[in-house]
Amino acid sequence: MSAKLSGPGSATRNPGREPAGSGLPRTPRTARNDASVTVTGLAVKVVLLGLVIGIAVWAAFPLVEAANWVGLGLLAATTAGLCYLYLTRRHIPAKYLVPGTLFLIAFQVLPVLYTASTAFTNFGDGHRGSKDDAVVAIQTASVKQVPGSTEYALSIATEGAPATGPLVFLVTDPNTGTVSAGDAGGLRQLPAADVTVAPGGKVTAADGYTVLNFGQASARSQEITDLVVPTPGGALRSSGLSRAYEGKAIRAYDAGCDCIRDTETGKTWKADESTGAFVAADGERLAQGWKVTVGLSNFTRVLTDENISGPFLGTLIWNFAFAIGSTGGTFLLGMFIALALHSPRMRGTNFYRVLLILPYAMPSFAMLLVWRDMFNTDFGLINNLFGLGVDWFGHDWTARFAVILVQLWLGYPYMFLVATGALQAIPSELTEATAVDGASPWQTFRSVTLPLLLVALSPLLISSFAYNFNNFNAIYLTTEGAPFPADNPTNGATDLLITYTYRLAFGAQGAEFGFAAAISLFIFTIVAVVSAVSFRRTRKQEEVYS
Amino acid sequence: MRIRTAGVVAVLGLALAASGCGGGDDDSSTPAAKESAGAAGGKLVIWADDKRTAALKPFAEKFGQDNGVTVEVQAVSKDLQTNFVTASQQGSGPDVVVGAHDWIGNMVQNGAIEPVQLAAEQKAAFNETAIKAVTFNGQLYGVPYAQENLALIRNTDLAPEAPKTIEDLVATGKKLKAEKKVTETLCLQVGQNGDAYHIYPLYTSGGGYLFGTGANGDYDPKDLGVGKPESIEAFKKIGALGEKGEGVLKRSIADTNSIATFTGKKCAYLASGPWATVDVKKAGISYDISPFPGFAGGKEAQPFVGVQAFYVAAKGKNKALAQEFVANYTTKPELAVALYNAEPRPPALTAALDQVKGNDPDLVKFTEAGKNGQVLPAIPAMAAIWDPFGKAEAAVIGGADPAKTITAAGKTISGQIK
Repeated sequence: MSAKLSGPGSATRNPGREPAGSGLPRTPRTARNDASVTVTGLAVKVVLLGLVIGIAVWAAFPLVEAANWVGLGLLAATTAGLCYLYLTRRHIPAKYLVPGTLFLIAFQVLPVLYTASTAFTNFGDGHRGSKDDAVVAIQTASVKQVPGSTEYALSIATEGAPATGPLVFLVTDPNTGTVSAGDAGGLRQLPAADVTVAPGGKVTAADGYTVLNFGQASARSQEITDLVVPTPGGALRSSGLSRAYEGKAIRAYDAGCDCIRDTETGKTWKADESTGAFVAADGERLAQGWKVTVGLSNFTRVLTDENISGPFLGTLIWNFAFAIGSTGGTFLLGMFIALALHSPRMRGTNFYRVLLILPYAMPSFAMLLVWRDMFNTDFGLINNLFGLGVDWFGHDWTARFAVILVQLWLGYPYMFLVATGALQAIPSELTEATAVDGASPWQTFRSVTLPLLLVALSPLLISSFAYNFNNFNAIYLTTEGAPFPADNPTNGATDLLITYTYRLAFGAQGAEFGFAAAISLFIFTIVAVVSAVSFRRTRKQEEVYS
Repeated sequence: MRIRTAGVVAVLGLALAASGCGGGDDDSSTPAAKESAGAAGGKLVIWADDKRTAALKPFAEKFGQDNGVTVEVQAVSKDLQTNFVTASQQGSGPDVVVGAHDWIGNMVQNGAIEPVQLAAEQKAAFNETAIKAVTFNGQLYGVPYAQENLALIRNTDLAPEAPKTIEDLVATGKKLKAEKKVTETLCLQVGQNGDAYHIYPLYTSGGGYLFGTGANGDYDPKDLGVGKPESIEAFKKIGALGEKGEGVLKRSIADTNSIATFTGKKCAYLASGPWATVDVKKAGISYDISPFPGFAGGKEAQPFVGVQAFYVAAKGKNKALAQEFVANYTTKPELAVALYNAEPRPPALTAALDQVKGNDPDLVKFTEAGKNGQVLPAIPAMAAIWDPFGKAEAAVIGGADPAKTITAAGKTISGQIK
């Protein structure tokens, strides 16, 4: 594939054609040619393109196996496109933009679209597969041993070659010692002279049959599981490879009434396509359901369920307070320290910088757990150190204060780092000029340093806000949303929307991915609106100051 | 030069692509090679958590060698159940999975596991409670190998006598506290958001229950005990032991520090299971194990009994072999003993328990403590209990009004049960 594609590429690279053939300015062209022949550049190009093709080939096999021709076409087109792009001399901007765009599509756009499509289904525990899956599961789960029936010793055999011949069950009745051969046609007894039976009852050899060992048998596992030998009382099924039992599927799907019928009690469960479950007349539903499209019901549930909409506003306000508090607090502290260390009169700044960055260097996951234990009422470091008896996570406001404090500790080194960088980029002439003009340090900071800092840092503040707005770990690894009002275990004082909805979607009877997806879309909308508004304001600010 | 560049790119690219294919072929050709060498081979994939993977490996390999098949034991260290359910839906799951019995409800409703047919004499070799635990909707869904339940572990230097009632325990604890020998009475993990599993013996002793049992002996999700008057009475008693009462139950004692506080000799009693004995032994504490005591004049304190079991995946690629392994191989005592050696939980096979109990008297004591225990409900509705029940417990221990709190918890739970 790549050989063919390199054809046009090599033609354009023909030195004889070059001066006349290309409409591009000559100088950059020469520069590019020089660049492309360096050994490193070539090697990188070869390795990366080779990797792309390698991955494509690796991904092609499962697609072929699943007969997913659309996916295969897409894969081939993408790979061909990539090879063409990087082997040709043209399309310079695309060479830079395409990798990022591909990753954006793969890791941002597709997940968002998938989430959005999931929000319209009842996908979740008990509703994961198709209706056929559910029917199969119900039928296999209802196979019961016929009461009082015999347990046979089983050998798997074939009439012919081990790998291809038709399968036969050789079963030994433990009571009489008679051996029978069974297949889909039923059981027939074999003469005792034709078979060799081991002490456990297993047949080791039989005339006209090839007895399979476990390895050979397990290669045909699916057929063995599917083979059912009809008997008067039910049917003989394999239990593993060495025992057979007489079992009967109590429940079966009846296409006529689109229902599951219990042959023992006669009870029927009718398929309900709106909920994806088999439901009986008395309201009982079978556990195994299937995935159906439920339209907007996940969204209406978010808006109408009073368990969700009731505490929603309070949680939303706290969520904003948490995100603003975390971002604002870390920014103020980080900037303050950066300013202090920026002062030329400060000694040993490198030492302080190293110390200050330490919290940033430690994994926040572990630090959150350590902080949680430090806030323990009886055994925690904080109460012991200060001789307090505060039940930190037991009261609304102490818990809120505690989680913001932890965020402050975890987050300020980042703000300190970026503020230090931004401060060094502010020309000292500007601050010197204000000093000459007689401005106080505060006025200098207020009217020159801060605005210039904000121009650089605003996008970072917005992204930090968006991150903290959904900072699941910060809450889940510390308070888990506590404290909870005694009469409402679903919504705690430090719950963010994301931890709150996580509990709603996954805390109840199994995971409800469809519902969780609907809530994520709501949160996505809130964060998107806040970010869009902020970015618009930032742009105006940049226009003023730059 | 430039022509050569393009050529080199093309050739190397193809070579890499070819090597990519080659790599793929290698994977599939390894078992094929074994196939021709040994018997025609099937492959069995087992998923277990880290600890059990190590113990299972030698036995799985032996099973493979004996039968001419390849057995792979893969460790899934986190969220084994969720990963298993998701993977089997995608068709990339294992053939056999090892896990706790209270997963059964969820795995069955997702069609992820299949019943196992055991002969009557195979079933008889197991502890009755263990078989009851893996039976769901009248079907046996797994083969149990170990059992676990809470008991009261006490430091015999501090408290030589096993308490008969909670009141005894509190009295001894108070005395020790007054003598400044300990700082806490009982290390029973509660945590900020409660712990339904550890408070359950006290809840049952106070008269509470979670689910009633239907005609066939299964738990009935429609008969919810939380919020009923009995449960409120039970929580009144629990509340009296709480922070505003005796100060025996505290939210500051959590899963992270309860065992450590006991091994640090800051409390004389620990409510925990077989998994705690490793740490207790390491700390060199002389200890003894007794059944968890109930309230004086109350009902029996019944701990939850949990069972670890092997399951056959419904969407596995080699179900016949998986059935063979689970029904006919894991029912042998040798494997149960090896798994016991990996982590000391009482084996569910009576023969295996007899084999190891001589060296480990703790096992018998734990089994004794679990004798009157209740099988942890495996119905999917149980998932709706943990969180609200635990939070209600934490609130009551913190001093909230039991009636109001438990009624609200009952309402929340019943709202979540389909």
